[in-house]
Amino acid sequence: MAVLELTNISKHFGAIHAVSDVSFAIEPGEVVGLMGDNGAGKSTLVKMIAGNYRPSEGSMKMDGAELVLHKPVDARRHGIEIVHQDLALCDNLTAAANVFLGRELRKGVWPLAVLDYATMYRRSGEIFKELKSETRPRDLVKQMSGGQRQAVAIARTMLSEAKIVLMDEPTAAISVRQVAEVLNLIRELRSKGIAVVLISHRMPDVFTVADRVIVMRRGRKVADKQIARSSPEEVTGLITGAIEQVA
Amino acid sequence: MAVTLDQTIAHKQHTWLSRLLNAQTFWVLLAVILACIYLSFATDSFATTKNLYNITRNVTFVAIIALGMTLVIITGGIDLSVGSVLCLCSMVLGVTMHAGYSIEVGIAAAIATALIVGAFNGVLIAYLGFPPFVVTLGMLSIARSLAMVASGNTVVFEFGPDHDKLLSLGGGAWLFGIANPVLYMIILALLTGFVLRWTKFGRHVYAIGGNEHAATLTGVPVKPIKVAVYMISALSAGIAGIIQTGWLGAITTNIGAGLELQVIAAAVIGGANLAGGVGTAFGALVGAALIEIIRNSLGLLGINAFWQGTFIGGAIVLAVMFDRIRNFRQSE
Ligand SMILES: Nc1ncnc2c1ncn2[C@@H]1O[C@H](COP(=O)(O)OP(=O)(O)O)[C@@H](O)[C@H]1O
Ligand SMILES: [Mg+2]
Repeated sequence: MAVLELTNISKHFGAIHAVSDVSFAIEPGEVVGLMGDNGAGKSTLVKMIAGNYRPSEGSMKMDGAELVLHKPVDARRHGIEIVHQDLALCDNLTAAANVFLGRELRKGVWPLAVLDYATMYRRSGEIFKELKSETRPRDLVKQMSGGQRQAVAIARTMLSEAKIVLMDEPTAAISVRQVAEVLNLIRELRSKGIAVVLISHRMPDVFTVADRVIVMRRGRKVADKQIARSSPEEVTGLITGAIEQVA
Repeated sequence: MAVTLDQTIAHKQHTWLSRLLNAQTFWVLLAVILACIYLSFATDSFATTKNLYNITRNVTFVAIIALGMTLVIITGGIDLSVGSVLCLCSMVLGVTMHAGYSIEVGIAAAIATALIVGAFNGVLIAYLGFPPFVVTLGMLSIARSLAMVASGNTVVFEFGPDHDKLLSLGGGAWLFGIANPVLYMIILALLTGFVLRWTKFGRHVYAIGGNEHAATLTGVPVKPIKVAVYMISALSAGIAGIIQTGWLGAITTNIGAGLELQVIAAAVIGGANLAGGVGTAFGALVGAALIEIIRNSLGLLGINAFWQGTFIGGAIVLAVMFDRIRNFRQSE
């Protein structure tokens, strides 16, 4: 059964139709590349799955049950994690504080439950090690390189056992070696049965790691194919509009 | 020996010493201490029990409000209404008690007033997207005008049956001869410091100031927290108003006029960054202390009081200059 199923999802911002009538389903352990030009509606689509926006129309199902998300916390509770395009980091906080932002660990009992710094530093350190990133949990994000910032954003998705991980351009600002790490991470997620939606402008990324590619143009889904049955040329044509639509 | 990934991750980049030397608060504290030492030797009247009692008590009104202001500034906001809110809350307290109600009722009314004003500011700013500067500038005008309406613009100096209780609350010294306002200040500062460092709320206050958009995306309840922060700011002004009423024993409709600038100065000197994301409770106290020391010392040294503004303004610029120099060094 599909872990996530979208049916006729649309999102309007006033007169702007950012996403129009998009439907698709994702199986557990499937990696879906989501491609499209700037402004095609990719970020808006994954933000709806992550609970940042409510769809204007349409419905979502998770494991066959209706899924209604009012805020990001709801999505996380259902096992949906996201790496935002702009990474959504607070420069004035430490790496660990950013990893746990919005779900800080506490110890003790209310009203004396205090932030559990020790455990948050330790857990973040473990995750950075897993990501093979030289990122120190106690450092301020302000002082970090592009790759380290990316690691902090990705580390968030590894705090709990997710069912779906959404990655909005996770390889846009990092070095070649780090891109390889991210792609390895995606493969690892897949082997654990976690579904991944990878938004990327980099054709090679999608064609090396994805099982399926979905192409969006001006808010609409114009293609949804197995990678093996498509080609970079076809996808490029679909993105630009040279190819109108494929089944 | 090769440095492993484990070692890199476990490495602490900052020792406590480098962190200390990097903190603006530390340098301001040093300035306060040096000024105190200098004044003890240079004047006969500085290090007297009476003068120290006066200084510590005078610091408290600015310091208590600066604690609330620091929270607002950390979120990247500003609250210009605190001086007027202090006046309004004092007046509500005074008028209520003057009408024959007990001190408990009077304080409850004053605190309720503060919370309502703060909630009004907060809702306009957080939910309707008004700029904090504009909303609180409006409230600066509204609150003082309401205080005039409440009192008929008269001086209130008779506080009904609990008159003496109120005066001892603000003017007494219940513990080891320390002025009561100082005790309240210490308790409130510890509370604020605790909240900022050890609670989820405090962490979220910093996150909002650092990157409000990121805080929203990660599910931080940004709007309720902003409302809470403006309520805390107004509450701190209300508490200062209650204490000041008890200390002065009389309320006029111009108490607290211009206080907002001193409070903001104290917060900024203490290291709060008006761009948001940075500030501490301890810094607010240290900033307030420096301002009071400057005021006090000019009098003792026989310098014309007209110079006060120049020195306080100089202190603001100097304190922030340390911060700039440090940033220049880091960005190179
Ligand atoms: N919060 C918003 N308010 C108004 N318009 C938005 C908002 N977010 C996105 N849009 C618009 O929706 C369209 C799709 O944007 P987006 O989803 O970011 O595209 P992509 O991620 O594919 O580049 C764009 O026209 C964009 O300007
Ligand atoms: Mg995008």
